[in-house]
Amino acid sequence: MTSIVSLLLWGVAAFLGAAVLAVAVSRRGSATHLVYGATLGISAAMFAIAAAALIGDPAGVSTVTLPLGLPWIGAHFRLDALSAFFLVVVNLGGAVASLYGLGYGHHEPAPHRVLPFFPAFLAGMNLVVLADDAFTFLLSWEFMSLASWALVMAHHREQDNTRAGYIYLVMASFGTLALLLAFGLLAGPDGTYTFDAMRAAEPSGLVAAAALVLMLLGAGSKAGLVPLHVWLPLAHPAAPSHVSALMSGVMTKVAVYGFIRVIFDLLGEPAWWSGVVVLFLGGLTAVLGILYALMEKDLKRLLAYSTIENIGVIFVSLGLALAFKANAMPSAAALALTAALFHVLNHSFFKSLLFFGAGAVLTVTGERNMEKLGGLIHRMPLTSFVFLVGCVSISALPPFNGFVSEWLAFQAILQSPDLPQWGLKVMVPAVGGLLALSAALAAACFVKAFGITFLGRPRSAAVEQAREVDRYSLAAMFILAGLCLLAGILPGLVIDGLSPVTLSLIGNRMPVQMAQPWLSIVPIAESRSSYNGLLVFVFIAISASLAAFVIHRFASHALRRGPAWGCGFPDVTPAAQYTAVSFAQPIRRVFGTFAFRAREKVEMPPPGATAPARLTVEIHDVVWETFYQPIAGAVGYATEKLNRLQFLTIRRYLTLVFLYLVTLLLVLALWP
Amino acid sequence: MALILELAVQGAQMMLVLLLAPLLTGFVRKVKARLQRRRGPSLIQPYRDLLRLMRKEVVLADTASWLFRVIPYLIFAATWVAAALIPTFATGLTFSWTADLIAIVALLGSARFFLALAGMDVGTSFGGIGASREVMIASLAEPAMLLIVFSLALVAGATQLSTVAAVMGSPELGLRVSLGMSLIALVMVALAENARIPVDNPSTHLELTMVHEAMVLEYSGRHLAMIEFAAFLKLLLYVSLISCVFIPWGLVTARSGPGAYALGVAVYIGKLAVAGILLAVFETAIAKMRVFRVPDFLGAALMLALLGTLLLFVSRSL
Repeated sequence: MTSIVSLLLWGVAAFLGAAVLAVAVSRRGSATHLVYGATLGISAAMFAIAAAALIGDPAGVSTVTLPLGLPWIGAHFRLDALSAFFLVVVNLGGAVASLYGLGYGHHEPAPHRVLPFFPAFLAGMNLVVLADDAFTFLLSWEFMSLASWALVMAHHREQDNTRAGYIYLVMASFGTLALLLAFGLLAGPDGTYTFDAMRAAEPSGLVAAAALVLMLLGAGSKAGLVPLHVWLPLAHPAAPSHVSALMSGVMTKVAVYGFIRVIFDLLGEPAWWSGVVVLFLGGLTAVLGILYALMEKDLKRLLAYSTIENIGVIFVSLGLALAFKANAMPSAAALALTAALFHVLNHSFFKSLLFFGAGAVLTVTGERNMEKLGGLIHRMPLTSFVFLVGCVSISALPPFNGFVSEWLAFQAILQSPDLPQWGLKVMVPAVGGLLALSAALAAACFVKAFGITFLGRPRSAAVEQAREVDRYSLAAMFILAGLCLLAGILPGLVIDGLSPVTLSLIGNRMPVQMAQPWLSIVPIAESRSSYNGLLVFVFIAISASLAAFVIHRFASHALRRGPAWGCGFPDVTPAAQYTAVSFAQPIRRVFGTFAFRAREKVEMPPPGATAPARLTVEIHDVVWETFYQPIAGAVGYATEKLNRLQFLTIRRYLTLVFLYLVTLLLVLALWP
Repeated sequence: MALILELAVQGAQMMLVLLLAPLLTGFVRKVKARLQRRRGPSLIQPYRDLLRLMRKEVVLADTASWLFRVIPYLIFAATWVAAALIPTFATGLTFSWTADLIAIVALLGSARFFLALAGMDVGTSFGGIGASREVMIASLAEPAMLLIVFSLALVAGATQLSTVAAVMGSPELGLRVSLGMSLIALVMVALAENARIPVDNPSTHLELTMVHEAMVLEYSGRHLAMIEFAAFLKLLLYVSLISCVFIPWGLVTARSGPGAYALGVAVYIGKLAVAGILLAVFETAIAKMRVFRVPDFLGAALMLALLGTLLLFVSRSL
């Protein structure tokens, strides 16, 4: 009888086998079906195994050591509740993306650049979650980064994609460097690589603090925490859409996994101020991420920025969990951690769904720019329906799933006046306000995304020929939309499924939810707070049908089609509609002047002149200009100067070598 | 038997809000008219308007999609459910635990989300201008509302409205600075959410100033009736919310018998009347502000709510 973890490792091996197979067959016509069919099967099997492990044997831990990697150490792998949950997220996302790829892959102009890396990417993400020593973890992490980088560069001839790939590579190396140092600190002077040894060691306060900062840099840059997010909105949209969905919906979650694994599991008891740091970064990320998204007119980049917002929401809940854990409030910590993990699952559903929808739009119109779309609801009714479900879910509106995790986060915030530290007392309500602000802005952002893309009248000829996408893509999107609704109306199921994770990390869990009458969710007690997504859904369905019935029974049925009201002007052009930029104008005026130094310039010709009037909007990416441009400038300057060294004569080189030698000897001589 | 009775009371509450909502709007209009020395339409004019709209044919724009025709029912349903979940005359009804205050606020958010989409469906600039302004207002009003909910929840130790009402009605509570701030902020948010003066004007169709009316400009006939009805319900909802939380006296508890229920309904109607008069006086006394002054107005509400919450985090007794 092989253990579960070795079964999962066979799955990883199968992924790698599929990658090798893809190299061999990628130029054949049937390769797309073959590869995505294989990854679909493997992901589904791994999902089933991980889910069975999470539900069937929640407390079980299964380990295996393979004689791979560094000699004498070997590669350690481990499956516990936390990794089982993240395996569920990874492989569910992988399975749906493969299903989508079965249809979408046929539109791929260069399949040999995508097919081999897709299974490799899935293998890398699974390995990160399974790894149980620092070396294996870092190796898998790098493998995952490089595989996704290759996918980002799949369409390398397209404008801006090379830059996106370059920035991604730099940021990924930086992140791995931070992780390397973090594990170096945790390993201590003896160099114990295994997670078991790190878990047993009690790091001093300073080491723990440094490890937290390094993890925030390392995992945070992969997840997209502000100000380390700059690569994400460039790289995620550059990849093919099902890969964008995996990167946004799943890979950022692997980064969250890394953070949780080290901070909650390996590091031991957290210090209270770590909660403040994480809360602050989370709140900042949530609001800035969604403000960026609101300013965006490229559909896929909008979705990528919204990923940053959701990562912020997750980190806010994680910060709360840290604060509660540090103050020995295990039931509140379990509530906050459940909120974070629930949002991890939710975001993997609706962000994949939305990226699939954007991919469908891209396939049929060739456009990502929302200013050239519009009116797609008439030509793609099914796609627009599921995209709408995704938009409602991500905007945290009941009865869909996004609301449940936000609701749990708010319930956790309401537990926090009992925290003793003043820093937390002031920080938590402020971050609660930021969370509410980001939820409201997210609704605004997705009204814009859906309204401009799918509603209104077509803004370009590309839309006129659009038609519904293939059945595989639709099936993938409908599965995810169904999951969004299901997790929204039966949240108790998910919360109970998460209980082994919180039990293993916090030592406490939320009360059993599926035993509640009417399947409500009740975090503490019914007299304090409860929410019943199922009943809200049923009530809305009943009252809407009742209203529709009454109207159709008693009201007039007459209906006439006519032109829309255009103030008496006939045939107003579609260009007169509100655009993505104009839709965001009120919010840009309220928040953008501060957050983006947004300026509007109006050039109005004098009365009688025939010159057109112009409105120019100027927006600055403040984070890029403050943090990255000076660094890039300094590096550029230094390379320019050092470049001279390349063209010296042999005598000068010899002089340089001589001088260097003398300096080195002097230093050695003077060294105490 | 007891369950059937409880369900009947819950059903009665749902019908009650449905019946009273147009009356409240009619009453506010009447009082406003009297204050402006007009005679004003009759109290039951909103009912007549609804019936008339339902009998009229629908003129649908050529570019309208299926979503445009579904949205009125969705908005009506979400608003009705939210209004029916707020204790009006009795607390602790059978399904009162279905949604707490946060969920009720979010339900209204769902209704608004779809209304903004309806504004963008036809593809005219009116709908767009209304939708974009509506989401801007919401992006400030919703966080303010949630911070108010936080304050209430911290005082009451719950977000469940029945519990909040019970705590707020108990004599030990006393006067609190934070609750005063929350009340002012809640009134400001309620004005903005219901598109009342000074944020928006419910009785104008002047395109430069309107928000709510711009979004629903393309609706007609039975669809417009649904949307108007939802707007009536929303006004009733906010008045019920404010009265349930800040003047909870006269609320009866569940299972207290028909006599007590009748008394509770009478008190509730009295509260509605007082709130209607106050709203009419306020709207008559103040001018509408420019749309880009609205963020300042709502920002003040947001700050007040945040201050109230912070005070409670600092000390539970403030």
